[in-house]
Amino acid sequence: MVTTTLKETPLASAHRSLGARMVDFAGWNMPVQYKSIVQEHQACRTKVGLFDVSHMGEFLVTGAQASEFVQYMVANDCNKLSNPDMALYTQFVRPDGSTVDDLIVYRRKSDWLLVVNASNIEKDWNWLKQNVSKFKDVKLEDISEQIGLLALQGPHAVELFAEIVGSHVKDMPSFTYGEGTADGIEVWFGRTGYTGEDGFEIFVKTNKAEALWNLLLQRGKKFNIEPCGLGARDTLRLEAGLPLYGHELDDETSPIEAGLGWSVKPDKGEFLGRDVIISQKKNGLKKQCVCLKADGKALPRQGYEVYAGDEKIGQVTSGSQGIFVGYPIAFAFVPPVHAKVGTQLSIAIRDTKVPATVVKRPFYKREV
Amino acid sequence: MLTYPAELKYVKSHEYVRLEGDIAVIGITSFAADQLGDVTFVELPKVGQKFKNEQKYGVIESVKSVSDLFMPCGGEVIAVNDRLGSEPELVNHDCYNEGWMIKVKIDSKAELDAAMSADSYKEFIVE
Repeated sequence: MVTTTLKETPLASAHRSLGARMVDFAGWNMPVQYKSIVQEHQACRTKVGLFDVSHMGEFLVTGAQASEFVQYMVANDCNKLSNPDMALYTQFVRPDGSTVDDLIVYRRKSDWLLVVNASNIEKDWNWLKQNVSKFKDVKLEDISEQIGLLALQGPHAVELFAEIVGSHVKDMPSFTYGEGTADGIEVWFGRTGYTGEDGFEIFVKTNKAEALWNLLLQRGKKFNIEPCGLGARDTLRLEAGLPLYGHELDDETSPIEAGLGWSVKPDKGEFLGRDVIISQKKNGLKKQCVCLKADGKALPRQGYEVYAGDEKIGQVTSGSQGIFVGYPIAFAFVPPVHAKVGTQLSIAIRDTKVPATVVKRPFYKREV
Repeated sequence: MLTYPAELKYVKSHEYVRLEGDIAVIGITSFAADQLGDVTFVELPKVGQKFKNEQKYGVIESVKSVSDLFMPCGGEVIAVNDRLGSEPELVNHDCYNEGWMIKVKIDSKAELDAAMSADSYKEFIVE
């Protein structure tokens, strides 16, 4: 007999007591929504939202060659992290150009912290282990099970976090790292996120995660904070033009094809995947990820086919109502000849070809 | 709050029927609306179209998913709820009243003999 037990984050009981609808996400029992995806999406865009993303993975890299190793493993240039407590978005790329995962790299005072997707923890760990032997002095540690991760996002996120941890957090630039205490609870935090809003991603020891969650909800009441599930997280990231591994990035897609060329730095020196990336940048791509704005009200969804006239040219990888922008939106892969902003395409939604226009990424950008 | 008014009849595809003489007012149950989550779009037939019992008559989309709508009995469409075009959220907020879908002149009331009472439907959805 085979039984699979879903893994749970330290907040599972807190979610259930808030009335969350729980679903299986990459083997984890996670809240997809509390009350309404629309309400949670809008709360994050206009007030502040709190997300449990404790299912994500955290690895520590230490040793004399830690910097060299991280720089070799990722496509972005970690030398840009000129001081400790800086962070960047990047990917692990294979020599054939396909993507193992996308991640955030934090340079800390005495180590490197890598934050990876829940669905890829094991694959990433094996990938790192497989390549670490080329380096004499690198130690890897998977601390995923010791760490809970909360995301506090929205126009009031920084103000709320500053009230709890200290006003200095307001001065942290985007993609920087800090440490502190929240009502006595030790926290690490990055001024990062996955919603298109300002805010923090907050690391906390597993046994303190629920206390921190409750503290943030309690102190956030005056800002009308809402707990937000993975449903809203997905619609928020799509509206903000952010890729999701398994949709826009996967074992057959390069970061260049996914439209993440801005984060890939072939000039930085040797790293895994560099040759293919240089060739793709020089010789062009077979497919390219575009943002589509669809007419009407029917929603594009993953797997729906994209047409240029009568010719089938690609597929939707993520689609939804753009809840804040107010129209149906999608990511799709199409040949570059059809990828120019303004190109008129269509998406087959059930038995209708719905007109859709290639638009600039992202669909939503917050006013700064 | 999920409710199942006693005066309605229910079918396994989660539609309800309110009988008004030989007219049936048709919509989806609060259980179905809750499962769908935020409704963003309802595609309804035109007045005058005829459907058989259990035939697909429309589509309902929410942020999370898309589902077909099925006839709980056969008949001719005599009215559709046009408000759902601009206010699809009525299905979530008030599925039995302002969130109704279509009104049909029913072919045969006998087709509704197999439909469930509110109590039977409540048992059906916990199974």
